[in-house]
This record gives sequence, structure tokens and C-alpha cells, in this order.
Amino acid sequence: MATTNQIPDALLVKNYIAGDENALALLIKRHQSKIYGFIYSKMSDRDVADDIFQDTFIKVIKTLKSNSYNEEGKFLPWVMRISHNLIVDHYRKNKKMPMLRETEEFSIFTILADSSLNVEGKMITDVIEKDLQKIVEELPADQKEVLMMRIYQDLSFNEIAEQTGVSINTALGRMRYALLNLRKVIEKNNIILTN
Amino acid sequence: MAKLYSKKALANSKMLPKKETINFILNYSKALQIVKVGNMNFELLAN
Repeated sequence: MATTNQIPDALLVKNYIAGDENALALLIKRHQSKIYGFIYSKMSDRDVADDIFQDTFIKVIKTLKSNSYNEEGKFLPWVMRISHNLIVDHYRKNKKMPMLRETEEFSIFTILADSSLNVEGKMITDVIEKDLQKIVEELPADQKEVLMMRIYQDLSFNEIAEQTGVSINTALGRMRYALLNLRKVIEKNNIILTN
Repeated sequence: MAKLYSKKALANSKMLPKKETINFILNYSKALQIVKVGNMNFELLAN
């Protein structure tokens, strides 16, 4: 090991560019701890750190093989700079689409909720709907007709006016009275229509 | 004698990348060939 340690980085890089694959293995072996430690200190996730370590060396290999590396006796700082840029890229990408992993302190269900109702919620909703149907049944026929068409059939007031053969203003007025009457009945009987 | 319940440290004190990662990098390096034609670089991956 002592002999390999004496070969300077610059010479190993030169040998690697000349085709000596072993030189790369030596370079990685020599610097892996520092580079990986640096990446891990910023990521604190082994898998992500491994990914970035790998991407760093893919970039190193591509640069060296395409002869675009400018040797100034600074192999390690150059590799560190590449990994630093990749870490920044990673965080930038993650900000747009964060990757969340389930840990002891963090449960995915704190941000992922089941929007469907539980049994109690369903029962309450059923009761509310039944109450509401009963009240609607009590409305005068013309008001009830407009309200049903607007709310349950989702028709526009224009369509309602056309289908019932009244003017749009009459339809709007009937809707208004229907709602006012509903409110009156609800208030009078103290009906609670919230979940 | 009292039992020792303390666990062995799970984390490796010396952080090193996985062996597979290193192997991948070395194999990638062997497989990759870059050919320069004019201004363009062509990457040939022999895999």
C-alpha cells in the first residue's frame, strides 16, 4: 500500500486517461472515505449518499475520458466540487418533489389522510340527509321544483326557467324563497345540519 | 455477573460507500468509451 500511496493523484489521473483502469480504482480507494463522508454529512441517508457518490464518479469518468480535465494538481477538491454541486441539485429537485420516507419520528399518515368518512361520520351524514329531505318535502311545490333542479340536477337558472316555463327572474325568486323557507324551518325546529 | 444489555453500535464508524457502488463505477469506467468527432463527444457504452 505504501508504494501506491506514493504515486501522486496527478500521475494516476494521467495513467487513467491513458487507459489504465487500475488507476481509477486506486484513486477511489484513496479518496472514497473523504468524498463519501462529505456527501453523507450533507445527506444523512445512506442510499441517497451512495447515489450521489456514484453520480459524482460518473461525471469524473466522463470528464476524464473526454479529455476535458485540466490537471492543476487538485484532483480531490475538483471531485468534492462535483459532489457538492450534485448535492445542491439533489436538494433543488427534492424541494419541487420531496421524497418522504417513513421513520420512527415521522409517519407518512400525518400528511396522507383518508378522506372517506368513518362509520360515525357516515351515520351523521345519513341523518342530516334524511332531515334535509324531509324539510325540502315541506316546501311549496314550485319552490321545491326549482331547488331540486338547481341543487340535485345541477341545472343553470336559464335551463330551469326554460323547463318550468317561467322567466329566469321568477326561477331566481323561487330559489331565494326556497332557501329562506328552509332556513326558517331549520331555525324554528333547532335542527343541526352540520357534521 | 450482571448482564450487559447495551447493544453494539450499529453504524460503522468509518463511512464508506457500498461495495456494489464502487464495482458499478469501475465497471462503468471499463465499459465507457468517449469518441470525439469535431465538436461533439460520442459516448459508447459496451454493455
